[in-house]
Amino acid sequence: MATASPRAISTTPRHAAVVRITHWLTVLAFLALLITGAEILISHPRFYWGESGNPNTHPLFSLPLPTSRPWVNNGFGTAMPDGNGWGRYLHFEAAWVVALTGLVYVLWGIWRGHFKNHLTPQRGERSAGALWPVITKSLRGGRAANDEAHSYNALQRATYLVVIFVLFPMVIWTGLAMSPSFTSAVPAAASLLGGRQSARTLHFVITLLLVGFFVVHVAMIALAGFWKRTRAMVTGRAGAAKEDA
Amino acid sequence: MSGLSRRKLITGGLAATAGVAGLAVADRLAKAYGLVPPDAGGLFGPGETLTYAAQSLLTAHRPAREFPRSMISKDPFAVPIAPPSDAFKQSQALGFKNWRLTVDGMVERPTAFSLADLQSLPVRNQITEVACEEGWSYVAEWIGTPLSGVLREVGVLPQARYVAYFSMEPDQWDSLDMGEALHPQTYLTMGMNDGELPVAFGGPLRMRVPMQLGYKNLKFLHHITVTDSMKRFGKGLGSVSPEFGYAWFAGI
Repeated sequence: MATASPRAISTTPRHAAVVRITHWLTVLAFLALLITGAEILISHPRFYWGESGNPNTHPLFSLPLPTSRPWVNNGFGTAMPDGNGWGRYLHFEAAWVVALTGLVYVLWGIWRGHFKNHLTPQRGERSAGALWPVITKSLRGGRAANDEAHSYNALQRATYLVVIFVLFPMVIWTGLAMSPSFTSAVPAAASLLGGRQSARTLHFVITLLLVGFFVVHVAMIALAGFWKRTRAMVTGRAGAAKEDA
Repeated sequence: MSGLSRRKLITGGLAATAGVAGLAVADRLAKAYGLVPPDAGGLFGPGETLTYAAQSLLTAHRPAREFPRSMISKDPFAVPIAPPSDAFKQSQALGFKNWRLTVDGMVERPTAFSLADLQSLPVRNQITEVACEEGWSYVAEWIGTPLSGVLREVGVLPQARYVAYFSMEPDQWDSLDMGEALHPQTYLTMGMNDGELPVAFGGPLRMRVPMQLGYKNLKFLHHITVTDSMKRFGKGLGSVSPEFGYAWFAGI
Protein backbone atom coordinates (compact mmCIF):
# COMPACT_ATOMS: atom_id res chain seq x y z
CA MET A 1 0.00 0.00 0.00
CA ALA A 2 1.33 3.40 -0.92
CA THR A 3 2.15 5.76 1.92
CA ALA A 4 -0.52 8.38 2.43
CA SER A 5 0.62 11.93 1.92
CA PRO A 6 1.09 14.03 5.08
CA ARG A 7 -1.74 16.25 3.95
CA ALA A 8 -4.14 13.30 3.80
CA ILE A 9 -3.11 12.14 7.28
CA SER A 10 -3.62 15.48 8.94
CA THR A 11 -7.18 15.92 7.67
CA THR A 12 -8.34 12.41 8.67
CA PRO A 13 -9.24 12.30 12.37
CA ARG A 14 -6.72 10.20 14.33
CA HIS A 15 -9.62 9.07 16.54
CA ALA A 16 -13.29 9.00 15.49
CA ALA A 17 -15.70 11.15 17.53
CA VAL A 18 -17.34 8.04 19.03
CA VAL A 19 -13.93 6.78 20.22
CA ARG A 20 -13.04 10.15 21.76
CA ILE A 21 -16.38 10.62 23.58
CA THR A 22 -16.56 7.04 24.89
CA HIS A 23 -12.87 7.19 25.89
CA TRP A 24 -13.30 10.23 28.14
CA LEU A 25 -16.62 9.05 29.61
CA THR A 26 -14.86 5.79 30.50
CA VAL A 27 -11.93 7.68 32.06
CA LEU A 28 -14.30 9.67 34.28
CA ALA A 29 -16.36 6.63 35.28
CA PHE A 30 -13.24 4.48 35.82
CA LEU A 31 -11.72 7.03 38.21
CA ALA A 32 -15.05 7.29 40.09
CA LEU A 33 -15.20 3.48 40.31
CA LEU A 34 -11.60 3.31 41.51
CA ILE A 35 -12.04 5.89 44.28
CA THR A 36 -15.38 4.50 45.47
CA GLY A 37 -14.08 0.94 45.14
CA ALA A 38 -11.19 1.82 47.46
CA GLU A 39 -13.66 3.45 49.85
CA ILE A 40 -15.81 0.29 49.92
CA LEU A 41 -12.70 -1.92 50.19
CA ILE A 42 -11.45 -0.32 53.42
CA SER A 43 -14.65 -1.34 55.20
CA HIS A 44 -13.46 -4.94 54.81
CA PRO A 45 -9.94 -5.30 53.33
CA ARG A 46 -9.98 -9.09 53.70
CA PHE A 47 -10.44 -11.55 50.85
CA TYR A 48 -11.80 -15.09 50.77
CA TRP A 49 -12.27 -17.88 48.27
CA GLY A 50 -15.53 -19.78 47.77
CA GLU A 51 -19.07 -18.81 48.62
CA SER A 52 -18.81 -17.10 51.98
CA GLY A 53 -16.33 -15.50 54.36
CA ASN A 54 -16.63 -13.02 57.22
CA PRO A 55 -14.71 -11.49 60.16
CA ASN A 56 -14.82 -14.89 61.93
CA THR A 57 -13.29 -16.69 58.93
CA HIS A 58 -9.60 -17.07 58.12
CA PRO A 59 -9.00 -14.93 55.02
CA LEU A 60 -7.26 -15.99 51.80
CA PHE A 61 -5.31 -12.76 52.11
CA SER A 62 -5.73 -9.50 53.90
CA LEU A 63 -4.51 -6.02 52.97
CA PRO A 64 -2.38 -4.12 55.48
CA LEU A 65 -4.76 -1.15 55.63
CA PRO A 66 -6.58 0.76 58.34
CA THR A 67 -10.31 0.07 58.14
CA SER A 68 -13.51 2.08 58.43
CA ARG A 69 -15.47 -0.43 60.54
CA PRO A 70 -14.60 -1.24 64.15
CA TRP A 71 -15.16 -5.03 63.87
CA VAL A 72 -12.54 -5.44 61.15
CA ASN A 73 -9.07 -4.58 62.34
CA ASN A 74 -6.00 -5.68 60.41
CA GLY A 75 -3.72 -4.17 63.02
CA PHE A 76 -3.64 -0.71 61.46
CA GLY A 77 -6.52 0.86 63.34
CA THR A 78 -10.13 1.49 62.39
CA ALA A 79 -10.13 5.23 62.02
CA MET A 80 -10.75 5.53 58.28
CA PRO A 81 -13.78 7.60 57.22
CA ASP A 82 -16.83 5.48 56.52
CA GLY A 83 -17.98 6.37 53.01
CA ASN A 84 -19.85 3.25 51.95
CA GLY A 85 -23.13 5.16 51.57
CA TRP A 86 -22.18 7.66 48.89
CA GLY A 87 -19.40 5.30 47.78
CA ARG A 88 -21.83 2.55 46.83
CA TYR A 89 -24.34 4.98 45.24
CA LEU A 90 -21.58 6.48 43.06
CA HIS A 91 -19.93 3.10 42.37
CA PHE A 92 -23.10 1.73 40.77
CA GLU A 93 -23.95 4.97 38.96
CA ALA A 94 -20.44 5.03 37.45
CA ALA A 95 -20.77 1.31 36.66
CA TRP A 96 -23.85 2.14 34.57
CA VAL A 97 -21.83 4.79 32.71
CA VAL A 98 -19.03 2.29 31.99
CA ALA A 99 -21.42 -0.47 30.94
CA LEU A 100 -23.61 1.68 28.66
CA THR A 101 -20.62 3.57 27.20
CA GLY A 102 -18.86 0.27 26.59
CA LEU A 103 -21.94 -1.13 24.88
CA VAL A 104 -22.16 1.86 22.53
CA TYR A 105 -18.42 1.65 21.80
CA VAL A 106 -18.38 -2.11 21.11
CA LEU A 107 -21.52 -2.05 18.92
CA TRP A 108 -20.17 0.94 16.98
CA GLY A 109 -16.74 -0.70 16.73
CA ILE A 110 -18.18 -3.89 15.27
CA TRP A 111 -20.44 -1.96 12.91
CA ARG A 112 -17.67 0.32 11.61
CA GLY A 113 -14.91 -2.31 11.58
CA HIS A 114 -12.96 -0.39 14.25
CA PHE A 115 -11.70 -3.54 16.00
CA LYS A 116 -10.86 -5.30 12.73
CA ASN A 117 -9.08 -2.35 11.12
CA HIS A 118 -7.47 -0.52 14.04
CA LEU A 119 -7.09 -2.95 16.93
CA THR A 120 -6.55 -6.44 15.51
CA PRO A 121 -2.79 -7.01 15.03
CA GLN A 122 -2.01 -6.71 11.36
CA ARG A 123 -1.32 -9.73 9.18
CA GLY A 124 2.19 -10.98 9.85
CA GLU A 125 2.15 -9.56 13.37
CA ARG A 126 -0.09 -12.19 14.88
CA SER A 127 2.57 -14.53 16.27
CA ALA A 128 4.72 -14.40 19.38
CA GLY A 129 7.77 -14.22 17.11
CA ALA A 130 6.48 -11.10 15.43
CA LEU A 131 5.43 -9.58 18.73
CA TRP A 132 8.80 -10.11 20.43
CA PRO A 133 10.78 -7.31 18.75
CA VAL A 134 7.96 -4.88 19.57
CA ILE A 135 8.01 -5.94 23.23
CA THR A 136 11.79 -5.69 23.59
CA LYS A 137 11.79 -2.32 21.86
CA SER A 138 9.07 -1.04 24.21
CA LEU A 139 10.97 -2.35 27.23
CA ARG A 140 14.18 -0.65 26.10
CA GLY A 141 12.20 2.58 26.20
CA GLY A 142 12.64 3.27 22.54
CA ARG A 143 10.65 6.25 21.39
CA ALA A 144 7.51 5.44 19.49
CA ALA A 145 8.06 5.50 15.78
CA ASN A 146 6.55 8.43 13.95
CA ASP A 147 3.95 6.24 12.28
CA GLU A 148 2.65 5.18 15.69
CA ALA A 149 1.07 8.62 16.04
CA HIS A 150 -1.35 7.42 13.39
CA SER A 151 -1.64 3.71 14.08
CA TYR A 152 -0.97 1.22 16.85
CA ASN A 153 1.76 -1.42 16.94
CA ALA A 154 0.92 -5.08 17.53
CA LEU A 155 1.59 -4.96 21.29
CA GLN A 156 -0.67 -1.96 21.75
CA ARG A 157 -3.38 -3.60 19.66
CA ALA A 158 -3.26 -6.85 21.64
CA THR A 159 -3.32 -4.95 24.95
CA TYR A 160 -6.33 -2.84 23.97
CA LEU A 161 -8.23 -5.94 22.83
CA VAL A 162 -7.55 -7.68 26.15
CA VAL A 163 -8.67 -4.60 28.11
CA ILE A 164 -11.83 -4.14 26.02
CA PHE A 165 -12.90 -7.75 25.59
CA VAL A 166 -11.50 -9.51 28.68
CA LEU A 167 -10.80 -7.16 31.60
CA PHE A 168 -13.82 -4.82 31.35
CA PRO A 169 -16.37 -7.62 30.79
CA MET A 170 -14.78 -9.63 33.62
CA VAL A 171 -14.82 -6.72 36.07
CA ILE A 172 -18.51 -6.13 35.28
CA TRP A 173 -19.32 -9.84 35.59
CA THR A 174 -17.49 -10.26 38.92
CA GLY A 175 -19.23 -7.12 40.18
CA LEU A 176 -22.68 -8.42 39.23
CA ALA A 177 -21.82 -11.80 40.77
CA MET A 178 -21.81 -10.04 44.16
CA SER A 179 -25.39 -8.81 43.72
CA PRO A 180 -27.85 -11.04 45.60
CA SER A 181 -30.65 -9.84 43.35
CA PHE A 182 -28.76 -10.38 40.06
CA THR A 183 -27.55 -13.84 41.08
CA SER A 184 -31.13 -14.83 41.91
CA ALA A 185 -31.90 -14.31 38.21
CA VAL A 186 -28.55 -15.64 36.94
CA PRO A 187 -27.16 -18.05 39.57
CA ALA A 188 -24.36 -19.17 37.21
CA ALA A 189 -22.88 -15.65 37.39
CA ALA A 190 -21.65 -16.52 40.89
CA SER A 191 -21.33 -20.31 40.76
CA LEU A 192 -19.11 -20.32 37.63
CA LEU A 193 -16.62 -18.14 39.50
CA GLY A 194 -16.60 -20.42 42.54
CA GLY A 195 -18.98 -18.37 44.69
CA ARG A 196 -19.67 -14.88 45.90
CA GLN A 197 -16.39 -14.38 47.79
CA SER A 198 -14.35 -15.73 44.86
CA ALA A 199 -16.15 -13.19 42.66
CA ARG A 200 -15.22 -10.42 45.11
CA THR A 201 -11.57 -11.50 45.16
CA LEU A 202 -11.46 -11.70 41.35
CA HIS A 203 -13.14 -8.26 41.15
CA PHE A 204 -10.19 -6.91 43.17
CA VAL A 205 -7.52 -8.75 41.13
CA ILE A 206 -8.99 -7.58 37.81
CA THR A 207 -9.15 -4.05 39.19
CA LEU A 208 -5.40 -4.29 39.92
CA LEU A 209 -4.81 -5.38 36.29
CA LEU A 210 -6.91 -2.44 35.03
CA VAL A 211 -4.97 -0.06 37.26
CA GLY A 212 -1.74 -1.57 35.87
CA PHE A 213 -3.00 -0.93 32.35
CA PHE A 214 -4.01 2.63 33.31
CA VAL A 215 -0.53 3.40 34.72
CA VAL A 216 1.37 1.94 31.75
CA HIS A 217 -1.03 3.59 29.29
CA VAL A 218 -0.47 7.04 30.81
CA ALA A 219 3.30 6.40 31.04
CA MET A 220 3.44 5.45 27.34
CA ILE A 221 1.52 8.60 26.43
CA ALA A 222 3.94 10.65 28.51
CA LEU A 223 6.87 9.03 26.63
CA ALA A 224 5.29 9.66 23.24
CA GLY A 225 4.44 13.29 24.04
CA PHE A 226 1.64 13.75 26.54
CA TRP A 227 -0.04 16.85 25.11
CA LYS A 228 0.21 15.77 21.50
CA ARG A 229 -1.41 12.37 22.19
CA THR A 230 -3.98 13.82 24.59
CA ARG A 231 -4.90 16.47 22.05
CA ALA A 232 -5.40 13.74 19.47
CA MET A 233 -7.86 12.02 21.81
CA VAL A 234 -9.66 15.32 22.48
CA THR A 235 -9.80 17.00 19.08
CA GLY A 236 -9.23 13.96 16.90
CA ARG A 237 -6.25 15.56 15.14
CA ALA A 238 -2.89 13.84 15.37
CA GLY A 239 -1.09 17.08 14.55
CA ALA A 240 0.39 18.33 11.30
CA ALA A 241 3.12 16.26 9.66
CA LYS A 242 5.56 19.16 10.08
CA GLU A 243 5.14 19.02 13.84
CA ASP A 244 5.74 15.28 13.92
CA ALA A 245 8.91 15.41 11.86
CA MET B 1 -13.12 24.66 10.28
CA SER B 2 -16.39 24.58 8.40
CA GLY B 3 -17.04 20.86 8.79
CA LEU B 4 -20.42 21.54 10.36
CA SER B 5 -22.67 21.06 7.37
CA ARG B 6 -26.41 21.67 7.29
CA ARG B 7 -26.97 17.91 7.09
CA LYS B 8 -24.97 17.36 10.26
CA LEU B 9 -26.94 20.08 12.05
CA ILE B 10 -30.26 18.53 11.01
CA THR B 11 -29.30 14.96 11.95
CA GLY B 12 -27.78 16.19 15.21
CA GLY B 13 -30.92 18.17 16.03
CA LEU B 14 -33.15 15.19 15.23
CA ALA B 15 -30.99 12.88 17.38
CA ALA B 16 -31.09 15.32 20.31
CA THR B 17 -34.88 15.71 20.02
CA ALA B 18 -35.33 11.94 19.85
CA GLY B 19 -33.05 11.55 22.87
CA VAL B 20 -34.97 14.06 25.00
CA ALA B 21 -38.33 12.60 23.92
CA GLY B 22 -37.01 9.10 24.65
CA LEU B 23 -35.95 10.13 28.15
CA ALA B 24 -39.38 11.69 28.79
CA VAL B 25 -41.13 8.50 27.62
CA ALA B 26 -38.79 6.35 29.74
CA ASP B 27 -39.55 8.54 32.75
CA ARG B 28 -43.34 8.19 32.24
CA LEU B 29 -43.06 4.40 31.75
CA ALA B 30 -40.82 3.98 34.80
CA LYS B 31 -43.29 5.88 36.98
CA ALA B 32 -46.29 3.99 35.57
CA TYR B 33 -44.73 0.60 36.25
CA GLY B 34 -43.32 1.45 39.69
CA LEU B 35 -39.68 1.35 38.59
CA VAL B 36 -38.65 4.53 40.42
CA PRO B 37 -37.29 3.95 43.95
CA PRO B 38 -38.33 6.30 46.82
CA ASP B 39 -34.75 7.66 47.01
CA ALA B 40 -34.60 8.59 43.30
CA GLY B 41 -33.79 12.27 43.88
CA GLY B 42 -30.40 13.96 43.85
CA LEU B 43 -27.05 13.29 42.25
CA PHE B 44 -27.26 9.49 42.51
CA GLY B 45 -30.92 9.27 41.50
CA PRO B 46 -30.32 8.27 37.85
CA GLY B 47 -27.98 5.41 38.78
CA GLU B 48 -30.23 4.24 41.59
CA THR B 49 -33.30 4.30 39.33
CA LEU B 50 -31.49 2.37 36.57
CA THR B 51 -30.33 -0.24 39.10
CA TYR B 52 -33.73 -0.66 40.73
CA ALA B 53 -35.62 -0.70 37.42
CA ALA B 54 -33.23 -3.16 35.76
CA GLN B 55 -33.15 -5.48 38.75
CA SER B 56 -36.94 -5.30 39.20
CA LEU B 57 -37.50 -6.28 35.57
CA LEU B 58 -34.76 -8.91 35.49
CA THR B 59 -35.16 -10.57 38.86
CA ALA B 60 -38.91 -10.38 39.53
CA HIS B 61 -40.16 -13.61 41.16
CA ARG B 62 -36.76 -15.30 40.90
CA PRO B 63 -35.66 -17.15 44.02
CA ALA B 64 -32.40 -16.16 45.71
CA ARG B 65 -29.76 -18.89 45.54
CA GLU B 66 -30.22 -21.68 48.07
CA PHE B 67 -27.37 -23.90 49.26
CA PRO B 68 -26.93 -27.46 50.46
CA ARG B 69 -26.84 -28.02 54.22
CA SER B 70 -23.12 -28.79 53.98
CA MET B 71 -22.45 -25.17 52.99
CA ILE B 72 -23.93 -23.65 56.15
CA SER B 73 -21.19 -21.45 57.67
CA LYS B 74 -19.73 -22.80 60.90
CA ASP B 75 -18.74 -19.30 61.98
CA PRO B 76 -21.49 -16.81 61.05
CA PHE B 77 -20.86 -13.20 61.99
CA ALA B 78 -23.28 -10.61 63.31
CA VAL B 79 -22.50 -6.93 63.61
CA PRO B 80 -22.43 -6.15 67.36
CA ILE B 81 -25.78 -4.72 68.47
CA ALA B 82 -26.36 -1.73 70.71
CA PRO B 83 -27.28 -2.55 74.34
CA PRO B 84 -30.96 -3.54 74.25
CA SER B 85 -33.64 -1.27 75.74
CA ASP B 86 -35.33 -2.04 79.08
CA ALA B 87 -38.52 -3.02 77.24
CA PHE B 88 -36.51 -5.55 75.19
CA LYS B 89 -34.82 -6.95 78.29
CA GLN B 90 -38.18 -7.34 80.05
CA SER B 91 -39.60 -9.21 77.08
CA GLN B 92 -36.47 -11.36 76.90
CA ALA B 93 -36.88 -12.22 80.62
CA LEU B 94 -40.40 -13.44 79.77
CA GLY B 95 -39.05 -15.61 76.99
CA PHE B 96 -40.56 -13.10 74.49
CA LYS B 97 -44.04 -14.40 75.44
CA ASN B 98 -45.35 -10.80 75.31
CA TRP B 99 -43.60 -9.97 72.00
CA ARG B 100 -46.11 -8.68 69.47
CA LEU B 101 -45.82 -7.97 65.78
CA THR B 102 -48.48 -5.39 64.98
CA VAL B 103 -49.55 -5.22 61.34
CA ASP B 104 -51.60 -2.18 60.31
CA GLY B 105 -52.00 0.48 57.63
CA MET B 106 -53.79 -0.36 54.36
CA VAL B 107 -55.13 -3.70 55.54
CA GLU B 108 -58.65 -4.98 56.17
CA ARG B 109 -57.92 -6.51 59.59
CA PRO B 110 -55.11 -4.84 61.59
CA THR B 111 -53.68 -7.57 63.81
CA ALA B 112 -51.16 -8.02 66.60
CA PHE B 113 -49.41 -11.40 66.22
CA SER B 114 -47.64 -13.15 69.07
CA LEU B 115 -44.70 -15.40 68.20
CA ALA B 116 -46.98 -18.39 68.83
CA ASP B 117 -49.50 -16.93 66.35
CA LEU B 118 -46.75 -16.65 63.74
CA GLN B 119 -45.60 -20.21 64.45
CA SER B 120 -49.14 -21.47 63.83
CA LEU B 121 -48.85 -20.17 60.24
CA PRO B 122 -47.00 -22.34 57.70
CA VAL B 123 -43.35 -22.45 58.83
CA ARG B 124 -40.72 -22.90 56.14
CA ASN B 125 -36.95 -22.97 55.96
CA GLN B 126 -34.36 -21.71 53.49
CA ILE B 127 -30.58 -22.05 53.38
CA THR B 128 -29.46 -18.71 51.98
CA GLU B 129 -26.58 -16.30 52.26
CA VAL B 130 -26.51 -13.07 54.22
CA ALA B 131 -24.27 -10.64 52.36
CA CYS B 132 -23.20 -7.43 54.06
CA GLU B 133 -22.57 -4.26 52.05
CA GLU B 134 -19.09 -4.30 53.61
CA GLY B 135 -18.26 -7.40 51.58
CA TRP B 136 -18.45 -10.32 54.02
CA SER B 137 -21.10 -13.03 54.03
CA TYR B 138 -22.28 -16.26 55.59
CA VAL B 139 -24.68 -19.05 54.73
CA ALA B 140 -27.30 -20.09 57.29
CA GLU B 141 -30.59 -21.91 57.54
CA TRP B 142 -33.46 -19.54 58.26
CA ILE B 143 -36.72 -20.80 59.70
CA GLY B 144 -39.83 -18.66 59.66
CA THR B 145 -43.14 -17.90 58.08
CA PRO B 146 -43.36 -16.14 54.72
CA LEU B 147 -44.42 -12.49 55.00
CA SER B 148 -46.88 -13.12 52.15
CA GLY B 149 -48.96 -15.41 54.41
CA VAL B 150 -49.17 -12.77 57.15
CA LEU B 151 -50.19 -10.16 54.57
CA ARG B 152 -52.90 -12.56 53.34
CA GLU B 153 -54.15 -12.98 56.93
CA VAL B 154 -54.61 -9.22 57.39
CA GLY B 155 -55.97 -8.59 53.87
CA VAL B 156 -53.86 -6.05 52.00
CA LEU B 157 -55.91 -3.37 50.22
CA PRO B 158 -55.41 -3.21 46.45
CA GLN B 159 -53.91 0.29 46.41
CA ALA B 160 -51.03 -0.75 48.72
CA ARG B 161 -47.56 -0.49 47.18
CA TYR B 162 -45.04 -0.75 50.03
CA VAL B 163 -44.60 -2.68 53.25
CA ALA B 164 -42.79 -0.57 55.87
CA TYR B 165 -41.27 -2.43 58.81
CA PHE B 166 -39.87 -1.25 62.11
CA SER B 167 -37.41 -2.61 64.65
CA MET B 168 -37.70 -2.44 68.42
CA GLU B 169 -34.37 -0.57 68.22
CA PRO B 170 -34.99 3.16 67.83
CA ASP B 171 -34.65 4.68 64.32
CA GLN B 172 -34.33 1.30 62.62
CA TRP B 173 -36.92 0.93 59.88
CA ASP B 174 -37.09 -0.02 56.24
CA SER B 175 -39.55 -0.91 53.49
CA LEU B 176 -40.04 -3.33 50.61
CA ASP B 177 -42.03 -2.88 47.43
CA MET B 178 -45.04 -5.19 47.20
CA GLY B 179 -43.24 -7.58 44.84
CA GLU B 180 -40.40 -8.22 47.28
CA ALA B 181 -42.80 -8.30 50.25
CA LEU B 182 -44.83 -11.08 48.58
CA HIS B 183 -41.68 -12.93 47.42
CA PRO B 184 -41.86 -16.55 48.69
CA GLN B 185 -38.41 -16.25 50.35
CA THR B 186 -39.23 -13.09 52.32
CA TYR B 187 -39.65 -14.51 55.83
CA LEU B 188 -40.53 -13.38 59.28
CA THR B 189 -37.67 -15.39 60.75
CA MET B 190 -37.85 -17.02 64.18
CA GLY B 191 -35.23 -19.75 63.88
CA MET B 192 -31.69 -20.18 62.62
CA ASN B 193 -29.70 -23.36 61.98
CA ASP B 194 -32.21 -25.70 63.66
CA GLY B 195 -32.45 -23.56 66.82
CA GLU B 196 -34.12 -20.38 67.98
CA LEU B 197 -32.97 -17.17 66.34
CA PRO B 198 -30.27 -15.81 68.69
CA VAL B 199 -30.67 -12.21 69.88
CA ALA B 200 -27.30 -11.37 68.29
CA PHE B 201 -28.78 -12.35 64.92
CA GLY B 202 -32.02 -10.41 65.44
CA GLY B 203 -34.09 -12.72 67.63
CA PRO B 204 -36.83 -13.19 68.46
CA LEU B 205 -38.04 -11.94 65.07
CA ARG B 206 -36.11 -10.78 62.04
CA MET B 207 -37.13 -9.76 58.52
CA ARG B 208 -35.28 -12.03 56.08
CA VAL B 209 -34.93 -10.70 52.51
CA PRO B 210 -32.35 -12.91 50.79
CA MET B 211 -32.63 -11.02 47.47
CA GLN B 212 -31.17 -7.96 49.18
CA LEU B 213 -28.12 -7.16 51.31
CA GLY B 214 -27.86 -7.62 55.05
CA TYR B 215 -29.04 -4.19 56.08
CA LYS B 216 -32.54 -4.82 54.63
CA ASN B 217 -32.83 -7.78 57.04
CA LEU B 218 -34.02 -5.77 60.03
CA LYS B 219 -33.52 -7.21 63.51
CA PHE B 220 -36.05 -7.18 66.42
CA LEU B 221 -39.05 -6.74 64.13
CA HIS B 222 -42.15 -5.56 65.99
CA HIS B 223 -44.26 -3.41 63.66
CA ILE B 224 -45.34 -3.56 60.00
CA THR B 225 -47.35 -0.90 58.17
CA VAL B 226 -48.77 -1.40 54.69
CA THR B 227 -48.91 1.81 52.65
CA ASP B 228 -49.36 3.24 49.16
CA SER B 229 -46.55 5.78 49.54
CA MET B 230 -43.33 6.08 51.53
CA LYS B 231 -43.54 9.90 51.52
CA ARG B 232 -45.01 10.10 55.02
CA PHE B 233 -42.26 7.99 56.61
CA GLY B 234 -39.20 9.78 57.94
CA LYS B 235 -37.76 11.99 55.21
CA GLY B 236 -39.81 10.13 52.60
CA LEU B 237 -36.86 8.23 51.13
CA GLY B 238 -38.26 4.74 51.73
CA SER B 239 -36.16 3.77 54.73
CA VAL B 240 -33.83 5.18 57.33
CA SER B 241 -30.82 4.05 55.22
CA PRO B 242 -30.93 6.90 52.64
CA GLU B 243 -31.04 9.37 55.56
CA PHE B 244 -27.55 8.06 56.37
CA GLY B 245 -26.55 8.05 52.71
CA TYR B 246 -27.30 4.39 51.95
CA ALA B 247 -29.49 3.18 49.10
CA TRP B 248 -33.08 2.08 49.78
CA PHE B 249 -32.76 -0.76 47.26
CA ALA B 250 -30.02 -3.14 48.39
CA GLY B 251 -30.19 -5.84 45.73
CA ILE B 252 -26.64 -5.01 44.60
